[in-house]
Amino acid sequence: MIKFSDKQLKIPQLMRPVYLVTVGMSKFDRAFPETRTEELCIDALTAASDFVGMTPAELKKYIHTCYYGHFADHFGDQLLGEAVIHDRLGLDPLGTIGVKTGGATGGSTIWEAMKAVASGYSDCALAMGWERMDEVPTDEGNHLISCAADKDWETPLGHIYTGYYAVMAQRYWKIFGKEEESFRRTMAEIAVKNRGYARMNPHAHGPMDITVDDVINSTVIAYPLRALDCCLMSVGAACGIVCDEKTAYEITDHPLRIYIGAGSHTLRVADRRDMKIPLLPNEKPNQYNDLGKKFPGGDRYPGFSSFLAARVAAYYAYNMCGVVDPCEDLDVVELHDAFTISDIQTYEDIGIRPYGEGRTYIESGDAYVINPLTKKPGKLPSNPSGGLIGCMHAVGATGLMQIAEIGYHIWNRWDEIHEPEEKWKAFGREKPKDWTSLQVKGAKRGLAISHAGVGSHVTCTILMDPNKLIKED
Amino acid sequence: MPKTNEEKGFVDVINGRYKPKGTFHIVEKNQPIFNKDTGKLAGVTNPRDMTYIHSYGGEAIFFESLGKGKLMATRCDNDRCEAKGSIFEPFRIYCPDCLRKATVVDITEKAQKKAKIHSFIITYRSGAFNTLPLPIKFINVEFDEEVVTILMSVLVVGDPEIGKRVVPIFRTKDPTYTIMDLMFVVEGTPESDLPEFYTY
Repeated sequence: MIKFSDKQLKIPQLMRPVYLVTVGMSKFDRAFPETRTEELCIDALTAASDFVGMTPAELKKYIHTCYYGHFADHFGDQLLGEAVIHDRLGLDPLGTIGVKTGGATGGSTIWEAMKAVASGYSDCALAMGWERMDEVPTDEGNHLISCAADKDWETPLGHIYTGYYAVMAQRYWKIFGKEEESFRRTMAEIAVKNRGYARMNPHAHGPMDITVDDVINSTVIAYPLRALDCCLMSVGAACGIVCDEKTAYEITDHPLRIYIGAGSHTLRVADRRDMKIPLLPNEKPNQYNDLGKKFPGGDRYPGFSSFLAARVAAYYAYNMCGVVDPCEDLDVVELHDAFTISDIQTYEDIGIRPYGEGRTYIESGDAYVINPLTKKPGKLPSNPSGGLIGCMHAVGATGLMQIAEIGYHIWNRWDEIHEPEEKWKAFGREKPKDWTSLQVKGAKRGLAISHAGVGSHVTCTILMDPNKLIKED
Repeated sequence: MPKTNEEKGFVDVINGRYKPKGTFHIVEKNQPIFNKDTGKLAGVTNPRDMTYIHSYGGEAIFFESLGKGKLMATRCDNDRCEAKGSIFEPFRIYCPDCLRKATVVDITEKAQKKAKIHSFIITYRSGAFNTLPLPIKFINVEFDEEVVTILMSVLVVGDPEIGKRVVPIFRTKDPTYTIMDLMFVVEGTPESDLPEFYTY
C-alpha cells in the first residue's frame, strides 16, 4: 500500500478510557539454565501484585482475559506455550490468546489487552510476555531469528537476520550520517548512555561502564555496526495489567491512562515502495521537499532509512491522546534501540526530530536524564532502563519491560524498583557503589516504542498521569 | 556430517499429493544436563532432525527459471489499478494493491544492463545451516523505475559500493532450486571468475 485512504487514517478511538494499573518484571539474563519460563512469568506477575500491595491470588481475581506474547515457539520448543504459562499462572478457565509480532510482541500484546478493555469485553486484562532464547546454541538461535525473514527469499542467504537489517543501517550511515566520524561517535554515545544506565538497573542483563572509543573499537558485526552497537539476546518475562476506570481505582489509587497505536510495513525490506512521507502533528506540509537536496539519495521514502510502521504507530497514538510535539508533551521515552543507528532512525520516525536530524537528539543532550552539556535535566530522557542494548531484549517481554519502566517514572516509584540492596542481592548482582537514581523527576507522560525486525510491526504506547491528560475524552 | 543418499528424504507430487520417500528424520538420544558446580540435574538436550516439505506455489516458476539462467519478475497489468505497470522483484504472485494475478515477465536483460547496488553490508557472522562463504556481502539491487522494489541478494565477486553496477549470475549447473541459485558479481567480471556451477 503506498497511498492511504481517509478510512485507513482514521484516528483509533477507545470506547471507554483504559488504565494501566500495575506492571512487573523478572530478572533478565543471557541464560537461566535452572529456571523454567513459568518461574520467570510468575516472578513478573508476583512483582506486579506486590506493586499494588496485593497477593497474586488477590490480583488474579480481577483478571478477566489474558494475552500472552512470545515471539518464537521454536526457541522454547513448545507449541501453545501460552497455554502452559496460563495454566501455571492458575488463570484457567479465562479466555486467553497468544500474540506474535516479532520484536514488537510485547507492545502488541498489551495493545490487544487495551482493546479488550476499551471495547467493554473485559474490565481487567493481563498482558504477559517472555522469551526463552538460551535453549539453543547461539548459531541455531541466529538461524531461528532469520526464519522471521522471508524463508524463500532471505533466510537461505546466510541464515543471519543482522544481514537483512544492517543494509538499512548502511544506507542511513552513508546518506544521513554522511559517513562522518562525528556521526559514528554519536552512534557510540547511545551505546555508552544505555549501557551506563543499565548499571543502575538490577534487572538489566548487559550493564557496562564503557567509553565511545570502546564502542568504536569493538568487533565489527556488519560495518558500520560493531558489537557494542547491538542489542542483547536475553531471557526473561514482563507483564502489565490494564483495566476500565472503576476496576482500576479498586486496585490502585494511581492508575495511568494508556493509549496504543500500531503500524506495519513489509516483512521484506525489498518490498518497500516509494510513498509520500505521512506527517506527524508537529510537521508541516512540504517540510521535506528538500530532503533529497540536503541528503542526496535520501528522497526515497521510507526507503531503507526510515520505519514507516513506527511513523504510522506514532501518528495513531499521538492523535489519540493529543500529543503534538513529543519533546514538549512527553517527559520520558523508552525506544527500541536494537542497534544504535536504528535508535537514531526512530527519533525521526516518531517526530522527536525531523527526518535527517535524528543525531541532534543525542548531540544536544536532550536524550539524557541529566544533559551532559548543561548538567541540568535532559529535555526528553531516553531509555533510562538501559534499553535493549543495556537492559535486555527478551523479545516477547521487551515492549512490556519498556512500558513498565515508563510507568515507574510516572508513578515516581523508579527508585523503589531499582534501588533496594536486597533485590540486587536476590538477583546475584552487585549494586554499583556509584548507584544513582535515574528517576525522571516530575514525569507525567511517557512513551514506549515496540518494534519488530526490519520494521514489520511497531506499537507506540503512551502513558499519562490521568490528571495531566492533553486531550479531554 | 552430510547425510548419505540413503539418509536423505525425497518428495514427488503424484496425483496432486505429496509422496515422500527416504529418511526424513534420524533419531538421536537425548542427553542429561548437569550443573557441574552442584552435581544436580538441570535439564536435558532434545536433539531433532527434521525435513520440511514446502510448496513454492505460484513462485515456482521464479525458482525454476533461475536454474535456466532467467530472472523472472511479475508486473501488474490491471487497467483499473494505480500500480499498473509496476514490476515486482521479489516476484509477487498477486499485485499487492488490486490483488489481481500479476503477469510473469522476464527481466534478465534488464538486470544485466541496469542492476546496481542500492545498499549493502558485509558480515562475518552467519547462522546455523549457512552455506555461503564468509564474509557474506549482502547487496540490495535496484533495477530501473519500472521495478518498484529492491531485491536482496549477495555479491560473490567484487567489492560492494552504493551505485555500483552489478550483474546477475545463475546456478545453471546442479541448481538448488532456491534463492541461492541467484547471486551477483560486479560488472565486467570474467566468466572464469564465477563460482563453480554458476554462469551468466
